[in-house]
Amino acid sequence: MVFLFYFLSAIMILTALFVVFSKNPVDSVIYLIICFIAMAGQYILLNSQFLAVVHVIVYTGAIMVLFLFVIMLLNLNKEIILQKSKVTRISAVVTGGIFFLVMVAATRLTLEIHPRYAFDSKIGLVSEVGKTLFHEFLLPFEISSVLFISAMIGAVMFGKKDV
Amino acid sequence: MDLTLYIYKTIFLFIILLVTLVVAMYSTYGERKVAAFMQDRRGPNRAGPFGLLQPIADGVKMFMKEEIIPLSANKKLFILGPSIAMTTAMLTGVVIPWGGIITIAGREFSMQIADLNIGILYVFAMVSIGVYGIMIGGWASNNKYALLGSIRAASQMISYELAMGLSIVGLILTTGSLSLNEIVAQQHGMHWNVFYQPLGFLIFLVCAFAETNRAPFDLPECETELIGGYHTEYSSMKLGFYLFAEYINMFISSAVIATLYFGGYNMPFIDQIGLSPNMVTLLGTFFFFMKIFFFIFLFMWIRWTLPRFRYDQLMNLGWKKLMPLAIFNIMATGAYYYFTELT
Repeated sequence: MVFLFYFLSAIMILTALFVVFSKNPVDSVIYLIICFIAMAGQYILLNSQFLAVVHVIVYTGAIMVLFLFVIMLLNLNKEIILQKSKVTRISAVVTGGIFFLVMVAATRLTLEIHPRYAFDSKIGLVSEVGKTLFHEFLLPFEISSVLFISAMIGAVMFGKKDV
Repeated sequence: MDLTLYIYKTIFLFIILLVTLVVAMYSTYGERKVAAFMQDRRGPNRAGPFGLLQPIADGVKMFMKEEIIPLSANKKLFILGPSIAMTTAMLTGVVIPWGGIITIAGREFSMQIADLNIGILYVFAMVSIGVYGIMIGGWASNNKYALLGSIRAASQMISYELAMGLSIVGLILTTGSLSLNEIVAQQHGMHWNVFYQPLGFLIFLVCAFAETNRAPFDLPECETELIGGYHTEYSSMKLGFYLFAEYINMFISSAVIATLYFGGYNMPFIDQIGLSPNMVTLLGTFFFFMKIFFFIFLFMWIRWTLPRFRYDQLMNLGWKKLMPLAIFNIMATGAYYYFTELT
């Protein structure tokens, strides 16, 4: 199990680096897909089969397909070298660094498991996820669904030529 | 995991792999025979008796052909495309319960490789990854026809995946489980889900046709408009992989339809015959395969009967007809259970 964890983590880190460093945008997307599949493997190691499969369906199967779609339609076939000014580059590095700092700070806090949500090996199974969502987090869950619907309607409105 | 189970699963995995490949191979033969019958021809009848060796001859031909990678193609991705198509097609068979429980030397073995408690969703995940095979292959060919074909395929598959996903929500409401093994077990004794979910079944069937890119939804390889669609530039066994993946997908989707809606390995009057449990299991598997072959025949029957859709018709059917119908199905099923549980 520990070996699998390190194996998947190594794949994730390597492919995540390739996403940033590869020059061909299609290669980047494919590395990101591999990264997501490895992440699904991590979920399975945590016994969260439902989360793993939904992750594959939503992120790998839907969102990344749309990414690939856009890149194909823009026909970014040849390797492009981005020509950006120095100011843009430096500000991008600074923003990325600050974001990284925030992420590290956030993960430091999760090292201790909150006593109210003690680790339960069944937490990722579909029945448990359903019960938790529809009992404890019913209101946030419903509100987020309203948010999704409004986002969808908004996207349709933007997409229409004449409203 | 103990060793016996491990060995059993490995052997069973190879058997399923072999059966999948052989069935897919003979589906090509079956398709040509069905087409010939419908068009009042004879079909393949030269290689072996009744042309039964034709698929092997075709396979050898595919291997012997010159392999061409176009100069302007992206070589890595050009090879990756058919590999993904083939791999994801083969992976789905893992969660399908091919039979009941078989007893060998006093130990019980299940005729299913992995009983995931989210079996249906696993099937969907594999289908959604399968899109990449077509997309990457079509794009890497660096050919406009191939690109158009792959974009059509991707948008078609994403659109119909939604309706397909919604159509099984009603089924999950009736069975209360996502595990394919449990869904089959619940359909014992002619309680087939198709009687409880007829609308859901119809939507699922139409979506299965669209997901496998079979006629009347074979727009991605529409030869009158796109030459060969996403595999225009492919030759040799890489083309073979694409064609073969389609037949494997057809076999697997037939198996999924039979599992979800037609009772899987259950057969009528099985309790009344009074056979030994092992015989019942084997007979059930045989019956399951009969159901699968019927659906494969249905796929072929429709292919040689119906003309191809136009692209806007396809999208209208998916988004404006099947989706609302599927949502109606969910609401009707939910309302039924809500009111029957109240009284």
